Amino acid sequence: MELLQLEFFRNALMAGFLVSIACAIVGTYVVVNRIVFITGGIAHAAYGGIGLGVFLGINPVIGAVVFSLMAAFGMGTVSYNTKQRIDTLIGVMWATGMAIGIVFADLTQGYTAGLMSYLFGSILTISRLDLALMAGLDVLVVVITILFYVQWLSISFDPEFSEIMGLPVKRFYLLLLSLIALTVVMVMRMVGIIMVIALLTIPPAIANRFYTSLKGIMVLACLLGIVFTLVGMLISFYLNLTSGAMIILVAGVAYFLSLKIKPRGKRNQTP
Amino acid sequence: MEKPVVRLKGVTVEYDGHSALKDVSLTIYERDFLGIIGPNGGGKTTLLKVILGLIPPTHGTVEVFGKKPEKTRHRIGYVPQAADFDADFPIQAGDVVKMGCLKYLKFGREHLPDCMKRSESVMQQMGIWDLRGRMMGRLSGGEKQRVLIARALVTEPEILLLDEPTASVDSRVQSTVYEVLSQLNQSLAICLVSHDIGVISAYIKTVACLNQQLFYHGEKEISEEVLMQTYRCPVDLIAHGVPHRVLKRHG
Repeated sequence: MELLQLEFFRNALMAGFLVSIACAIVGTYVVVNRIVFITGGIAHAAYGGIGLGVFLGINPVIGAVVFSLMAAFGMGTVSYNTKQRIDTLIGVMWATGMAIGIVFADLTQGYTAGLMSYLFGSILTISRLDLALMAGLDVLVVVITILFYVQWLSISFDPEFSEIMGLPVKRFYLLLLSLIALTVVMVMRMVGIIMVIALLTIPPAIANRFYTSLKGIMVLACLLGIVFTLVGMLISFYLNLTSGAMIILVAGVAYFLSLKIKPRGKRNQTP
Repeated sequence: MEKPVVRLKGVTVEYDGHSALKDVSLTIYERDFLGIIGPNGGGKTTLLKVILGLIPPTHGTVEVFGKKPEKTRHRIGYVPQAADFDADFPIQAGDVVKMGCLKYLKFGREHLPDCMKRSESVMQQMGIWDLRGRMMGRLSGGEKQRVLIARALVTEPEILLLDEPTASVDSRVQSTVYEVLSQLNQSLAICLVSHDIGVISAYIKTVACLNQQLFYHGEKEISEEVLMQTYRCPVDLIAHGVPHRVLKRHG
């Protein structure tokens, strides 16, 4: 328990807790809408912004937010309008974003080793400002979900019928991708760009096996996310291994174990 | 003279250079019960989505109740293919039916409470009340179909469009679906599309055949003789110009 005396560890725990909330809710939409690949594209495109931020000498997180939002709108608009060959476009943006980041890092004189922390995460360097931003994102995500729960559910299940019913489906879709972009940047601080997708998708994917409502999945995914980050951090601390990778490893093992558990006739919740 | 509710003129839809629909003209009247049959890839779903304003035609015009479909499509009850949905999607059957009430968020919130009540009576009517708490993806094909029809009815539609309503449904359920539809037909227009020529049941008043182009057959041909042949003949053989012809040659 002497760990809790250390400020960086307390911050890391808090970050794990806050990130799990946003990840669970946004990740549930990612999983049920089957846009895991788009999410990966947004995350990797963000690296271009980090490189640009370092090059210009501004906070790389700001660059990452700008790039990930641009990628979200770009992919969102194209995928909404065509539905064809979107995977090619995602792959191109995925790789181009990374390339932009690397080139800007090359062009930057001096110390650029810090860029690695964005790829693999650095949970132990999380600042109070990061925590405040994470809490702000959580509030935003929770409020939007509560206000528009029925709309999100309907649009995710059947966007065409929702459109016929007069819901602004495209606007909701772009809003969702924007929330994904912001969440990705927050989670990036913890586990790194490369492993962001795992923390967004594994907890809801496990929860989806046991619950038949979005609400249920979100709550269980949140608890799972907290457990994964906590266990991962403790293991990484005692064994002196990369914390982001350890968190994802714990989540991945849990996912494969969950496939072995038979959902005992999914839990039904009568409305 | 019955009023036209849907009117398509010279509609062509092209994707990446190939056309899904070619110069289709079609009018649906108030009390029509139209069955459109055609092979897979013949443009049936595309045709429904054009009527709903979900796919804009490359050429030609679409009118629903005399206006652009985007303005009036909330008056259409759309029943998509039951098989198209993700089996793991976490939604309960009752919540699917209540989606029909969403239109009142935009077109009159004061009707929302009535609609929620109506959704309960529609579920009872369709015999799915006991399924309301079950996960949609875990229902049988026939149960899903009834849930989707119930969802369309909750919107109090003036036209009902159904995409393959009897696919993955056994013949007993099929005939109940048709009985429900023919009752509904007393107050609204129905248009269904299917690759299965068996849908030309006694209830359907007019038949058209779609394979990119629309061949309108009119009503006279559904004689008992045609029906007898129809039920023995698999639909793929309806392709025009092959020996298993069950409908007369297009003029």
